[in-house]
Amino acid sequence: MDALNNLFVNIAAAIRGLFADSHSFGADLSINIIVFIMLFLIMVVAALFLSLVERKFAHWVSQRSGPNRLGPHGWFQFIADAVKMLGKEDITPANVDKFLFKMAPMMLVGVTLMVFGVIPFGEEMVAIDLDLGILYFFAVSSLTTLGILMAGWASNNKYSLLGGLRAVAQMISYEIPLIFSLLGVVMITQTFNLSAIIEAQKTIPFIFLQPLAFLIFLIAGIAETNRAPFDHVQGEQEIVAGPFTEYSGLRWGLFMLAEYGNVVATSAIAVTMFLGGWYGPEFLPGWLWFILKIWLVIFLMMWVRWTFVRMRIDHLMHFAWKILLPLALVNIFLTGLGIYVYDLFIVRIGG
Amino acid sequence: MMIEGTQEYSLNMGPQHPSTHGVFRMVVHLDGEVVTKVEPKIGYLHRGLEKMAESRTYTQFIPYTDRLDYLAGPHNSLGYVQAVEKLMDTEVPERAEYLRIIFAELGRIASHLVMIASGSLDISGWTPWSYCFRDRERILDLFEMTAGNRMTPNYFRIGGVSQDVPEEFMPALKSFLEDMPEMIEEYYGIFFGNEIAQSRMKSVGILPKELAENLLITGANLRASGVQYDVRKAEPYGIYDRFDFEIPVLYGCDTYDRHFIRLLEIQESKKIIEQAYKDIPAGPVMTKVPKVLKPPVGKVYHRVENPKGEMGWYIVSNGSTKPARVRIRTGAFVNVQMLPEIVKGWKIQDLVTIFASMDLVLGEVDK
Repeated sequence: MDALNNLFVNIAAAIRGLFADSHSFGADLSINIIVFIMLFLIMVVAALFLSLVERKFAHWVSQRSGPNRLGPHGWFQFIADAVKMLGKEDITPANVDKFLFKMAPMMLVGVTLMVFGVIPFGEEMVAIDLDLGILYFFAVSSLTTLGILMAGWASNNKYSLLGGLRAVAQMISYEIPLIFSLLGVVMITQTFNLSAIIEAQKTIPFIFLQPLAFLIFLIAGIAETNRAPFDHVQGEQEIVAGPFTEYSGLRWGLFMLAEYGNVVATSAIAVTMFLGGWYGPEFLPGWLWFILKIWLVIFLMMWVRWTFVRMRIDHLMHFAWKILLPLALVNIFLTGLGIYVYDLFIVRIGG
Repeated sequence: MMIEGTQEYSLNMGPQHPSTHGVFRMVVHLDGEVVTKVEPKIGYLHRGLEKMAESRTYTQFIPYTDRLDYLAGPHNSLGYVQAVEKLMDTEVPERAEYLRIIFAELGRIASHLVMIASGSLDISGWTPWSYCFRDRERILDLFEMTAGNRMTPNYFRIGGVSQDVPEEFMPALKSFLEDMPEMIEEYYGIFFGNEIAQSRMKSVGILPKELAENLLITGANLRASGVQYDVRKAEPYGIYDRFDFEIPVLYGCDTYDRHFIRLLEIQESKKIIEQAYKDIPAGPVMTKVPKVLKPPVGKVYHRVENPKGEMGWYIVSNGSTKPARVRIRTGAFVNVQMLPEIVKGWKIQDLVTIFASMDLVLGEVDK
């Protein structure tokens, strides 16, 4: 089990061992390149697979047919979708801002990929072990807003513009409860480092200490990733596809990639902060536990998506500022109170 | 109220747009996301049905009537064949009358199910949508096993119906009726009872009673604005006077009530079908009519309660095999005019919901 647990760590060590000096510039560079490619593949495969699972889930919840032709029960459909996407014509409409139009999808994917850099998939299995991991996550993920606004503005389409403006309003509003909901965990662990936060959950996952924060994080996370009931940015029935209306082919595929990548990244952060990361019963390796927990959160998000209808856009803002934010503040206050009481009595008595 | 330095702009929604339910076009004037003015533009599905009727015999025109409100085919043909029968003074056999009621009410349920489904889809409720379509499928199966066609059964004839229902029809109908309460509970649970859905629809797009009456709104939209009026009760046609059913009426005048009244009407239609199922006699389904129909010179106006509103048929006969003039008054066409009146000040998102609540079928609007 130990060998399986440290599989990827050992592989990395073996590759480093190929170099004369295992911490030379060459070794670092090649490891970083391999890690980058691995992360990219993880994101692409997860996103493609997620697009299939989403439809499977829709089939299960709402009794539709779902993909059921290619492969056993349609489980190979995502390959066909990817190939189809690659073969589509890439149209750049006249009168668009060409530079921004082409930059937007790349930027979104790049930003999403950057988030993956700090996610600890297992013990020591993290690309960049930043001490300020959570701050990095917030800083980088808020850049997605910019990418969507770029797409909306550059498309020179009224639906796209509406979508882009909605994205700014919505994602900036929900960023705040999202950040505040994680502060409770940071207060308990006294660190911003994601690996350290997971290690602090060895005995008890923080969802039991911070249930309210988990709920706020989940809601705000759904809003951040623009999924129903907060999918106003794309709002298919109102503004066609929002910022993505003018995109086709691979560029549109990149948007979808970024969207699903964001879902995976947000779920990964939720697992890291609240669900105990790679800790789980011993019969499975840690990284597998991490992935399974990510899927658990993704299923929660899908369940919400296929059950609820889209919120009213003015209620959306009220919900963020008048309900989620005060709740997050209350959570911070309660956490502080709890820590104070813990320090005052339990530690003193125990110590 | 415009902020200084900002500008209104117009957005062309449709005719190709995900939620204009066909080829409806509106020019929407927007101040940010707020709708200041809507101009409906109709006519993209105009097929000239009224003119077509003049070059076809009375019987040949029946299939075209199904294509008016293509979500509730039977009720359109019912209006037409009953109008011609009124002109010719034809008696219809009892069994055919009952079958007509069963089909017309099944069509009403199917139409209302599509309305609820698309209404929920317009606020992104994919699951209620597929639930409604799943159950509508069973109605279409009933149509298919009888008449061969699904959405446009072309089942009614002048003087009866084209053929008797097959053996397996009645058991299938019974099991459908038995499953209906459960279905309705499901729709309520996932759509009407949903807090977010209610907040999306309640008090949105108010159509006051006076305005509804002044605009000649008919059908469920009128009944959701507090007017208890239904042609089936006000001027019973066919054998509607034999059935015991209520005309549901709601006083909210908003989008939610316009959706919810459809659910209530489905329950009333169920009552009618249950009674028809119980009372239906055996016998012929077609009376003796001449091979070549030549109604006497004259004119007739006949109106029926189509699921979309009041549908009137005005037929002028000059004694030949073809009608001299056919004029169709369709509910949806008249109902379009409520849109610009009730969307002012709502957001573009609510415009979509309000539009869905009007329950337009473009086949009926454009004719």
